[in-house]
Amino acid sequence: MWWTSDGDHRYRSIRAPHRSRRRALGTELDAIRRDVEESLGAADARYIRRAIAVQRGLEVTGRLLLTCGSRRRTWWAGTLTLALAKVIENMEIGHNVLHGQWDWMNDPEIHSTTWEWDMAGAAKHWRITHNVAHHKYTNILGMDDDVGYGLLRVTRDDPWRPRNLLNVPFNAMLAVGFEWGIALQHLEIREVADPETRPAAVVRLREFGAKAGRQLAKDYLAFPTLTAFARTVPAGRKSSAGAGFASATRAPFASAAVAGFASAAAANATANLIRNLWTNAVIFCGHFPDGAEKFTLTDMAGETRGQWYLRQLLGSANIDAGPVLGFLTGNLAYQIEHHLYPNLPSHRLAGISVRVRALCAKYDLPYTSGPLPVQYAKTWRTIAKLSVPDRFLRDSADNAPETRSERMFEVLAPAERRRGLKTAIAEVRARASRLR
Amino acid sequence: MTGLLRRAAKALPGLLTTPLLPDDYLTLVNPLWSARELRGRILEVRPETRDSATLVIRPGRGFGFDYRAGQYIGIGVLVDGRWRWRSYSLTSVPRAGARIVTVTVKAMPEGFLSSHLVSGLAPGTVVRLAAPRGDFVLPEPPPPSILFLTAGSGLTPVLAMLRTMKRRDQIGVAGGTDAGGVDVIHVHSAPAAADMLFGAELADLARVCPDYRLTVRATRSEGRLNLARIGDLVPDWRDRQTWACGPAGLLDDAERLWAAAGLADRLHTERFAAPVARDAGSGGTVTFAASERTVRVDGATTLLEAGEQAGVLPPFGCRMGICHTCVVNLVDGRVRDLRTGAEYEPGNRVQTCVTAPAGDCVVDI
Repeated sequence: MWWTSDGDHRYRSIRAPHRSRRRALGTELDAIRRDVEESLGAADARYIRRAIAVQRGLEVTGRLLLTCGSRRRTWWAGTLTLALAKVIENMEIGHNVLHGQWDWMNDPEIHSTTWEWDMAGAAKHWRITHNVAHHKYTNILGMDDDVGYGLLRVTRDDPWRPRNLLNVPFNAMLAVGFEWGIALQHLEIREVADPETRPAAVVRLREFGAKAGRQLAKDYLAFPTLTAFARTVPAGRKSSAGAGFASATRAPFASAAVAGFASAAAANATANLIRNLWTNAVIFCGHFPDGAEKFTLTDMAGETRGQWYLRQLLGSANIDAGPVLGFLTGNLAYQIEHHLYPNLPSHRLAGISVRVRALCAKYDLPYTSGPLPVQYAKTWRTIAKLSVPDRFLRDSADNAPETRSERMFEVLAPAERRRGLKTAIAEVRARASRLR
Repeated sequence: MTGLLRRAAKALPGLLTTPLLPDDYLTLVNPLWSARELRGRILEVRPETRDSATLVIRPGRGFGFDYRAGQYIGIGVLVDGRWRWRSYSLTSVPRAGARIVTVTVKAMPEGFLSSHLVSGLAPGTVVRLAAPRGDFVLPEPPPPSILFLTAGSGLTPVLAMLRTMKRRDQIGVAGGTDAGGVDVIHVHSAPAAADMLFGAELADLARVCPDYRLTVRATRSEGRLNLARIGDLVPDWRDRQTWACGPAGLLDDAERLWAAAGLADRLHTERFAAPVARDAGSGGTVTFAASERTVRVDGATTLLEAGEQAGVLPPFGCRMGICHTCVVNLVDGRVRDLRTGAEYEPGNRVQTCVTAPAGDCVVDI
């Protein structure tokens, strides 16, 4: 909760930051966008084409290992290769292409309007919940469905309900079945009950059914069947090389087929599970670690471009990453930069982050970043804490790890309030820990 | 049962690659194997005159060779990471079993892309293609007497027609049977006879086909053709079906003349209009092609707002340029990004919530 009360002048000097400074910040952030857009060219296009070629190569390799190999080691190699392919497909390619990050190439085959991804949900549904709701109304309780996915309590701004006692198991469920959670997000199944919204809801359900059906058929029917056939070939050869034919052949045939089917289905399920857990972890690290703030509807009233930027900045958190981790997270390790510029190509975000950090230092603004295990552990900690009513918690919604308000600065003297946001937060925190 | 199996076998490749298509993998091996988007490989760039060249293109899977002479194709080339599109008349003869198509490109002084096509395209380059289209075509069989009125590179679609008629023996050949041959008069304007496109080929055609009569107007020495006096050159122009292609001035004159003579239905024209952006802020008329509505707006009104004013309901999401829900195809004209001032040309998909017309434009909603 930040610039809640623009009519309230009590904290103007400290409010994040002063209006003219906010405008200057917006102009500087706009300039970064323009610089990057103007410099996009052949090298960037080559990057995404290569990433796509590598991903498809990995996918084919993984599937071939799983279909043709039968040893345990091959199964693991195939499964992990496939999982890696699915992670890259989902994050560095699917998520980013669907954001329109590569639309500037004017390539009909790598375009937000034509791309479909390897997920249960339809890409066109996700583009609404994600690109519009999540990226425009970022972290606003009740507007951005990613604040808890309608399942979890992730901020004190959200009143406690008894079902929040199950926050931790719900979170585990969501992580395991993340692609299904995402797929169901836009469906609004409840709308089927209302005659007014039913037709649109039914259309969405049908589109979801078609997409999910094909996904399930691929991973749990087509490839397993193919593998079953592939396994019966050596089994048949072995038995016909042996003495008897007739009934003796049927048993190894059938068991090889069943084993092949089961091994491929299990491999695909495992790869999907790994992809689900990974994307869930990366995405949760983007908005739920300590320091990434949540907002309420009033925070957005009359919001200017500078304030929109500020909300993105304060509502997101980065993961400390090198090139490899950056790539595996689809460059969502640079969540802050991604939220400032959702449609700038992902591989540029690392470079952009240097400039954004410098701006944050200049304007004395917080910039949340940390190692992946630490950030991920913090998301679980918050979710676990918020499963109980607020009266059992130490921090109030005015000054908590996941949300705060201007009231937290009441402890500061007027002169101290004239400082930047980052310094002020640090001062209040330091005072609180001294008191403890 | 076998039918079911066959259907399953047919659906299997698509199911194995879903949500992609088998073509998305094939294209990594050879770009021409994908029929998802039409592609072609440049086999040769053959210089024609000082500033023009013929591109010999081998289309990939999915290209239909059943186009008609006079039609044009879209060609997309990759320039600095971006696919940029232009349309050019096919100059090759449509026939079954063909493996190549040709287009002839003239480098325009202000045209970066046409210069790139004439002098910057290496053989082996993969280009994108848009299926042949256009109704600037001859009926089959052609009418008994024809007037072709061309100027500059407006010759290209007519050249395809002439080549096709020649190949099909529809123009009388000297010493031939001459039964039912088409009588063709061709009036072509070029700056000078020496740098005329396909001058030698047309002169050859005139030599072997007495029923093909060519008049070349060298505009630099003789001045522009005065259409009002077309009767001096072609006394029976009123009786002929006319196909005209060239600069807007020529076509405007022709349309006026034919309309005044009450013969508008005998005139067929093709315009090669290169879209030119007007000054920033001047706006333009936006045509919503699919909804068949138009609206005039200023240069600060976005296409999305223009659509809403016109009663079209264009798709939209964030209305701030970040979600790409509102992108539509720009069919014609130019639009400008209000945030950056970047201009987009036809063949691009543009975000309607942050772009405004820069001159008249047509979008596909």
